[in-house]
Amino acid sequence: MTVTWQNLADGVGLGAIYALMAVGIGLVFGVLRLVNFAYGQLVMAGAFALALAAEWGWPVWAGIVLCFAVVLALSVAMDYLVFRPLRGHSPAVMLVATFAVAFLLQNIALLWFGSLGKIASSLSTLNRPWVISGVEIRKIAIVAVIVAAVCLFALNQLLERTEIGLHMRAASMDFGTSRMLGVRANRVISFAVIISGVLAAVVAVMLTVQSPLVTPDFALTDTIVVLAGVVVGGLNRPIPATLGGFLIGFATGVLGGALPTTQSQYLPTFVFVAVIVVLLVRPRGLFDFSRTVERV
Amino acid sequence: MVDSLDVRYGGVHAVRDVSFSVAPGEIVGLIGPNGAGKSSTLHAIMGLAPATGSVRLGDAELVGRRPEDIARSGIALVPEGRRIFAELTVAQNLRLGLAGRQAHGGTKELYDGIHELFPIVHEFRNRQAGALSGGQQQQLAIARALVSEPEVLLLDEPSLGLAPSVVDVVFGALAAIKERGLAVLLVEQRAQRTVAAADRTHVLGGGELRLTLGPDDAADTEKLVGAYLS
Repeated sequence: MTVTWQNLADGVGLGAIYALMAVGIGLVFGVLRLVNFAYGQLVMAGAFALALAAEWGWPVWAGIVLCFAVVLALSVAMDYLVFRPLRGHSPAVMLVATFAVAFLLQNIALLWFGSLGKIASSLSTLNRPWVISGVEIRKIAIVAVIVAAVCLFALNQLLERTEIGLHMRAASMDFGTSRMLGVRANRVISFAVIISGVLAAVVAVMLTVQSPLVTPDFALTDTIVVLAGVVVGGLNRPIPATLGGFLIGFATGVLGGALPTTQSQYLPTFVFVAVIVVLLVRPRGLFDFSRTVERV
Repeated sequence: MVDSLDVRYGGVHAVRDVSFSVAPGEIVGLIGPNGAGKSSTLHAIMGLAPATGSVRLGDAELVGRRPEDIARSGIALVPEGRRIFAELTVAQNLRLGLAGRQAHGGTKELYDGIHELFPIVHEFRNRQAGALSGGQQQQLAIARALVSEPEVLLLDEPSLGLAPSVVDVVFGALAAIKERGLAVLLVEQRAQRTVAAADRTHVLGGGELRLTLGPDDAADTEKLVGAYLS
């Protein structure tokens, strides 16, 4: 196994995409205490929108707009039809509901598009390399890092500087007290779901560059890997969760490129063994250094 | 105005047919032993506990409404244990109080009035709220409730776990809040102190309103002990 600069660059690129997925999952978890297993299917729906736009001969920008529209519409529908009616039920009920939504969306895609899927190739030029200091780095790796950095910066500004951002942060710390102060629960949850949807659409655009074949199980494995990364980083806190997402994406990207072809099927095994070891050593997460201190 | 309020948690009947009222510029105390139904009464008023009966603010009926709507209608609760947001700054905690405020503008005057009452809130505005002492956190919790400019202020054991000197600060602030014309409903374990500070104090026992005491009863230790044991 040899790790090259290209592998490292691919790892950073995939890590950036997974970091965005981790933030999307973490935002909803923060306000609803719900791990949304249907997040990958939102990405899948966005990817199919891109594939259809390419098939219809739409320009790239129109395809991206369609992708965002489809993912946001599904996110809002999920909020109104599933999250709101079930809010107040046990976490287990909500968790099972997200499984149901995931299977529903996946099977709708299977019925509409078949198991062979479609090709979303409109941005495939981003798979070509740039040569930087003699090292070939795929454009998507650099674009992914820039897009992730911009998204995370914008999200940080939103959470730090706006009223709704403050309400979201407070709700993720203590939803009951936030509501008692007058913070509107539905507004905060809807906002988190929409931001999470925007990030899912961004991820859909970048993942279709990485793998243009869009099938009904598109992004399913990525979601499971990111969920593992979020848990490894620290599910309860946004920055550790994001770092966890990045780390597992980086590890997957580097190992995926460095492992010989005959051993690449063992990649998930390596990743999940590492996850188990980390959780055994640091059950609260790799990057969660907070301590619960209570004054007497 | 609380009328025939009942609170049930499954098979537990925590508050039974409790009625009382609090007028603007009044402090009304609720005292009683643990499990008497004091906090449940506050939670029911705030929409945090399942309740039947009636809780009215002016002409508005509050029973059955969501906590955030009740907060926006003019009632603020300072919960037991303060429940401040430890990871946010003092200033951000105060800003959260604006979520329940109906008026727009005039925030500078509002903050000035609150800083006058609790100078530490201004002094430590950029400090993480979790780094404040217990007494300072309590002042922040009351200040945060006042930011919403409520008509009625509910306080759940504000002196719990505080040093006597800090308890003096809290009760001094309550007197000043009363002077500003707010209606204050105070749940406390410090019976004597509450009876002395309040315009009238209701003694709860087993979820029922057992007795009402006036400020003159504060010095009557036997009556207070009797009220608790009744």
